[in-house]
Amino acid sequence: MKPAEFYQRDRQHHGPALHRDYKTSVTRSPQYALLSLENSLSEITGPVFSHNDVDKLDNDLIKNYAKSGDPIGERIIVHGRVLDENARPVPNTLVEIWQANAGGRYRHKKDTYLAAIDPNFGGCGRTLTDENGYYYFRTVKPGAYPWRNWVNNWRPAHIHFSIFGTAFAQRLITQLYFEGDPLIKTCPIVNSVPDEKAVDQMIARLDMNASIPLDTLAYRFDIVLRGRRSTLFENRLEGN
Amino acid sequence: MNYLKETPSQTAGPYVHIGLAPKAAGFDIFDQELGWDIAGPNAKGERIRIEGMVYDGTGAPVKDVLLEAWQANAQGHYAHSEDGRGVEEGFRGWGRVITDFDTGLWGFDTVKPGATLGRNGTTQAPHINLWIVARGINLGLNTRLYFEDENNADDPVINLIEHIHRRETLIAKRRETDEGVVYRFDIYIQGDKETVFLDI
Repeated sequence: MKPAEFYQRDRQHHGPALHRDYKTSVTRSPQYALLSLENSLSEITGPVFSHNDVDKLDNDLIKNYAKSGDPIGERIIVHGRVLDENARPVPNTLVEIWQANAGGRYRHKKDTYLAAIDPNFGGCGRTLTDENGYYYFRTVKPGAYPWRNWVNNWRPAHIHFSIFGTAFAQRLITQLYFEGDPLIKTCPIVNSVPDEKAVDQMIARLDMNASIPLDTLAYRFDIVLRGRRSTLFENRLEGN
Repeated sequence: MNYLKETPSQTAGPYVHIGLAPKAAGFDIFDQELGWDIAGPNAKGERIRIEGMVYDGTGAPVKDVLLEAWQANAQGHYAHSEDGRGVEEGFRGWGRVITDFDTGLWGFDTVKPGATLGRNGTTQAPHINLWIVARGINLGLNTRLYFEDENNADDPVINLIEHIHRRETLIAKRRETDEGVVYRFDIYIQGDKETVFLDI
């Protein structure tokens, strides 16, 4: 059976383009309806990456920018699987992450927050999932930081995730939050996602079994990309 | 039914460059940043440059956008097993570009794609698939760039756009310059000139 179209994206499961509490979305949200397309070859294909594209150290944020020593902060492993909506693993897919340092400061020329830059921390990493869709990163836990929205908005500690899947239709950027963080509930960006169970999918769980005693804590974060049908009947996606 | 649900999207935020284009964030970390060379050295076809701006609902340029492009080669083949017809060595067909922090201009060099297979035996006019993320965009925006000097009248996607005057929003304008052929494609996220965005 040849896989065919992707299941329709459930846009009610994502945040709407316009979420007034997230002020920047007000002028950056389309007002007209999206044009719904049935998948063609343009959507069911997407870029392919290989081990030539990433270096071994790219998934180790403790070492990949270290200059004079390790970065400051709580040492953590972030790991999990990339699955599709049919619960099948997505192997060999590129996962990229970026984050603030332990003080909540980004290494970015546009970030002016007063917390210090860490000379040993770049804040980005990337890896390919293995044949079981499994990935892991080593990093330090990012700090919360303030941002201009309301007068006193703080982003909960988070790690940005970019995932490709096997098709352009699966392209996704999301954020990982940490179990137990009281700032999650106060965040307008998190709260753009209306469904509590959907928000829960973005919260990584403390995973003591994967932690390394006397060394590193671990958090588990599984990611789900869109799933696709199997062609039980001829659907004439490509053929004549 | 035991289906899983897609993980919800979140904005790429203002610091998307750190992860996806760290040199633009102001530091050097990876030996190779991905997405700067779409077509590779061996690609056949017309070498072109695409450039444009992204505007918000007030008409201001959006200066912290990241765009990704996905396209077929000059023969209309995608570099993917489900196309399977093959592409030139080194042709990936995928690129990533950011806007200039001061002006908001973005641009990338590639080859002009050929017509691709559509559904049900149809042909799609040459196009580049685009995905746009930025601070304030909760779920990446998909659109397509078509070329004004191609026959777009029979394209199955263009023809789905009910408001005929909005079809123009997907057509890039060609001009010849001393450096070569440039197609201009401005994207309007919101407002009267709003680009047609796709739910793919």
